[in-house]
Amino acid sequence: MSNDDPRQSIEGSTAPSTATQDARMGAGVDDRFNSKLREAFGASPFILTKFDEFMNWVRGNSMFMLQFGIACCSIEMIHTYAIKHDIDRYGAGVPRASPRQADVMIVPGTIVSKFGPRMKRVYDQMPEPKFVVGMGSCTISGGPFQEGYNVVKGAEEIIPVDIHVPGCPPRPEALIYGVLKLQERIQNGESSPVVVKPYELERFGDLERDELVQKLADEIDEDDLVMRYNWADSP
Amino acid sequence: MSTGVEETPDVEREAELEELLGDRVLARETHLNAPGVVVNPGDVQDVLFTLRDEAGYDHCSCVTAQQYEDRYETIYHLKKFADPTDEVSVVVPTPLDAPVSQSAEPVYRTADWHEREAYDLVGIQYDDHPDLRRILLPETWQGHPLSGDYDQDKPQVVTLSEHANPLLPDHRDSEGDTMFLNVGPHHPATHGVLHVKTVLDGETVVDAEPDIGYLHRCEEQMCQQGTYRHQIMPYPDRWDYVSSGLLNEWAYARAIEDLADVEVPEYAQVIRTMGAELCRIASHMLALGTFALDVYGEFTATFMYTFRDREIIQDILEDLTGQRMMFNYFRVGGVAWDLPEPREEFFAQTRDFLDELPAKVDEYNDLITTNEIFQLRCVDTGVLEPDVAKQYGCTGPVARGSGVDYDLRRDDPYGYYPELEWDVVTEGGCDNYSRVLVRMQEVEESAKIVEQCLDILESWPEDERDIQANVPRTLKPDADTEVYRAVEAAKGELGIYMRSDGTDKPARFKIRSPCFSNLQALGEMTEGEYIPDLVASLGSLDIVLGEVDR
Repeated sequence: MSNDDPRQSIEGSTAPSTATQDARMGAGVDDRFNSKLREAFGASPFILTKFDEFMNWVRGNSMFMLQFGIACCSIEMIHTYAIKHDIDRYGAGVPRASPRQADVMIVPGTIVSKFGPRMKRVYDQMPEPKFVVGMGSCTISGGPFQEGYNVVKGAEEIIPVDIHVPGCPPRPEALIYGVLKLQERIQNGESSPVVVKPYELERFGDLERDELVQKLADEIDEDDLVMRYNWADSP
Repeated sequence: MSTGVEETPDVEREAELEELLGDRVLARETHLNAPGVVVNPGDVQDVLFTLRDEAGYDHCSCVTAQQYEDRYETIYHLKKFADPTDEVSVVVPTPLDAPVSQSAEPVYRTADWHEREAYDLVGIQYDDHPDLRRILLPETWQGHPLSGDYDQDKPQVVTLSEHANPLLPDHRDSEGDTMFLNVGPHHPATHGVLHVKTVLDGETVVDAEPDIGYLHRCEEQMCQQGTYRHQIMPYPDRWDYVSSGLLNEWAYARAIEDLADVEVPEYAQVIRTMGAELCRIASHMLALGTFALDVYGEFTATFMYTFRDREIIQDILEDLTGQRMMFNYFRVGGVAWDLPEPREEFFAQTRDFLDELPAKVDEYNDLITTNEIFQLRCVDTGVLEPDVAKQYGCTGPVARGSGVDYDLRRDDPYGYYPELEWDVVTEGGCDNYSRVLVRMQEVEESAKIVEQCLDILESWPEDERDIQANVPRTLKPDADTEVYRAVEAAKGELGIYMRSDGTDKPARFKIRSPCFSNLQALGEMTEGEYIPDLVASLGSLDIVLGEVDR
């Protein structure tokens, strides 16, 4: 017996529901409703699943990206959103301007010392659960600018990254692949461990009192949030 | 390309300078592009005023700072808007123990930011400067990274304090009714990571001060660490990264070809010209699409149409260069390879695009420029008077939208431009609308150039297709040769200053970015206007933060 059969032919109908269904759809089943999903579920309106699995499925398929452009990669990211590549096909195409409405952050570009604390702040403002796609070589290691005096050697120094998309810049196809991989992971309920000890925003007063901190003591208030870059220890 | 032709006027010019400046000139220098005069740190304003007012050098194109073993040096690269080939470099040496010289800011407004950058990266101080602070690096940074004894491994501390909530009482001005507002660095309308500190009186902008440096990727340091022959060329693609890679590569190629005296084959010049103009179209398309997005939130039609067209150009450029955006296609003395085979297919594809372009431009005009709402937002907003534009060193579509007829492709010819038929577009409106019109028309002019290049390439004899000059594997220009060369990039005059020290890497590599100078005029354009016009003005300046911060 095909699963496409209407419910009443499986269970034996009662008059009122037949009447309602006929009134709604006319005779027989409207084959516009046929789909893989319907085949899987039959005409039964019940889906049995675990709630957290369901939530993961929902999260994976409805991702709100943060509208966040940093450098060259952001141009390819815009191309991924725009016509032709249209990442909205995968339910991830509506960039949100406010971090408070977003759950995926694509980091598209080089992070420099001045921007590091700001990026951390934007990341902190996103509601849980949140995911990060690192786009391009700069977010992996600093990329072509790794040797720069001002360049943070990878986004993972500051925030945890779930998916790395390599390239300089990655093609839109590569970014889409990365986002799909992220969806897969979210649906399976996986998340990344933090593999590098991130730079943190700290109270200036809490920093160890070394030479540099002593020197800056007049300029910076004790309660100010600061990020301390230890360039010599960078991986 | 060679400088041999200009030698006679050079001699005359030097005599004129001699007469004008007299004994204020301590010594003479010769840069490949211009005569140089060495002046006393205390005479800077005096000399520059004379040069500007009496000799007509009204364009302070770039300020380069560098450290030698025994001194610091500031170089003011001066030009004339009327004739950019008429150049002079004013060299100001300062001692190592007290690197203080007079500021040029009272003479050229644009020197403000340039000198702040020089202070920030090299550590030279300028007397009388209105606001000598760090510009690219955070305020709390220790040391000057492009100076001699900088240790890159030292830790640094960066604060987040600028991001305090502006609505807190202590951020309100106690005297007036103004409000302080941060725009950016993470903001959809800032085209990247720009931070504009604005002071508002009601909805009117009282003061707008761009705070840059959120994308300062040490491009100059990267180039100083690379060899001339191959390692520098990939970086220009990443200055102005909105697909204008070839235009940027040309800036480096032109400078190094002058420095190392390399003659580029004509065939390669035609390919360069074609590629560069395709890049210009792509770049202006992005400017147009994001401007529509900024001004009336048009994410559906105009934005998508411009990206549709950009995709086509990127496909063409990918066929030509092998990459969508970071082309790395130019080589010193030519290009990396010839047009893709089969050539007919490449020509047909490019011609198809050019054939469809006029209809598309009409469509854009229907959608944008003739749109009444758009006009209300753009006409007479963000006004930049020509004199102000010149003072700030604005170039490119921003200057041409203010009626400044300045285009290096015509005025300081390079490549194959002099052989082709095309016009420089100017508009006299001085407002946001004019700048959009200039870009729209430049797209059409660029299409004309590409068309002619295609014709030339098609009929080029098969056995004369030289794509590269014979350039040695290692380039070592003579020690202490200096050159400043600029090309017309998508945003304006993109210049490179290089000094060689006899090795295969430049001793100083300075980038004159058009966006850096253009952005500086933002305050002037927006003060007294409404806050939404600030966003529109920012969009019409079409800045790319990669190039502003470098």
